[in-house]
Amino acid sequence: MSAREANIYDRYTAGARVNHWANAIIMICLALSGLSLFHPATFFLSDLFGGGQWTRIIHPWLGIAGTLTFLGLFVRFVRFNLWNRDDNAWMGSIRHVLSGEEEKVPEVGKYNAGQKIVFWVLSILIVLLITSGLALWDSMFREYTTIDQKRLAAVVHAAAALGLIMTVIVHVYAAIWVRGTVRAMTRGSVTGGWAWRHHRKWLREEAARQR
Amino acid sequence: MSTLQSLDIRRRSATTTPSPQARETLEVAKLIDISRCIGCKACQAACLEWNDLREEVGVNHGVYDNPLDLTENSWTVMRYSEVEQDGNLEWLIRKDGCMHCDDPGCLKACPSPGAIVQYSNGIVDFVSEHCIGCSYCVRGCPFNIPRISQRDSKAYKCSLCSDRVAVGQAPACAKACPTQAIYFGSKRDMIEWAGQRIDDLKGRGFANAGLYNPEGVGGTHVMYVLQHADRPSLYAGLPANPRISPLVEIWKGMLKPIGLIGIGLTALIGFFHYVTRGPNEVAASDEAAADRERERVTHS
Repeated sequence: MSAREANIYDRYTAGARVNHWANAIIMICLALSGLSLFHPATFFLSDLFGGGQWTRIIHPWLGIAGTLTFLGLFVRFVRFNLWNRDDNAWMGSIRHVLSGEEEKVPEVGKYNAGQKIVFWVLSILIVLLITSGLALWDSMFREYTTIDQKRLAAVVHAAAALGLIMTVIVHVYAAIWVRGTVRAMTRGSVTGGWAWRHHRKWLREEAARQR
Repeated sequence: MSTLQSLDIRRRSATTTPSPQARETLEVAKLIDISRCIGCKACQAACLEWNDLREEVGVNHGVYDNPLDLTENSWTVMRYSEVEQDGNLEWLIRKDGCMHCDDPGCLKACPSPGAIVQYSNGIVDFVSEHCIGCSYCVRGCPFNIPRISQRDSKAYKCSLCSDRVAVGQAPACAKACPTQAIYFGSKRDMIEWAGQRIDDLKGRGFANAGLYNPEGVGGTHVMYVLQHADRPSLYAGLPANPRISPLVEIWKGMLKPIGLIGIGLTALIGFFHYVTRGPNEVAASDEAAADRERERVTHS
């Protein structure tokens, strides 16, 4: 840490940031193309992808790319997202978290319980989406599932996608609301004050590592 | 397969506002009297001929059904069932194809505005230039009728010869049928005529003869006179109570408004949280505390 300011802490490597943003861009394209086929009110979004035909052709390939890039994130971050006793305590004071009274919230490590829930909800929904998505990919795999299975897959796919979009909105909002968070994913680092305020146990671990 | 034509549209896929309603036209129907069908396939040939379709030359599978199933070219196929009951052998031949439901599952499922339309005369038609090839119509259909072409990824099915009907002609299959097993006219007339045919069949010992015009899909604009209306499944698996799958109803019904409202609400809740609580900012005291903590940890 000698070459950098002492009160800056590394949070994400360049590889993790590239992986995150590759996934984010693909997920946004997936949401826009998926929504265009979901409701007449959003059909105009298909023009972003070259019309309805192209949207139908591109969407499943984006789904493959989105799953693979998410798999990269999963492998990178799963060990930091295992649930522990701190998370129950944090959830117990969720009211203070939402009202911004963070001094009343128990200390947590690299991720708080809210972030872990986002991580696991996204992981589960993406498994549901890719599984049902393959069943719906008629131009590739039509003969592998029955029409009734495809009907079920359509409901699961739509419901999971809606859940995923809502979860991502929460994820993005939290990053904007909690100031100093976005730089973790754009520059890779956070300030000591940010770590002290939101992830105090992680701050101690990082400080100890720099000794 | 419709192109430009002079039929009024009653319903249009992926469209949430009503179509023009002022003009009221006659509701039409095709009545297929299975008891008069001799299985000659003139209707199949006439369908290919009129619609400029060519079926691939297939192979003999050891049964009369040829081709074995509907395809993007064969919008109608004869299905032959040999049924033994009460010591009698019956050869039940059903002309399969689109039933032109009054409540069409294909139209309900279609995500592309105007790719499936229902004319005011009841005909359900695919407007192929708007078709995006997603096969949602296949999942919406309770009769398993639409077929997607491998060549152009478009969905195809019987149009009830909407182009012929638009100029006052009967569908090609009805025109070609040599035994008048296929009638075409107003739906009311067809129901009335079916009644006479059913009386005749009952007089000849078919006690359960009846009309197939299933209520679950709002009635159909292709109806059958069945010798055994109590058991439609005898006729190559004709469904007794067809209806749009409840899964499709959820997917294309409540999930759509719930989904969009849910997404909008999530974003709005975030926005109003921000304008009421303000940003969660790191204070100078946090930075100072972090420095002290680092000192403590590094020198302990």
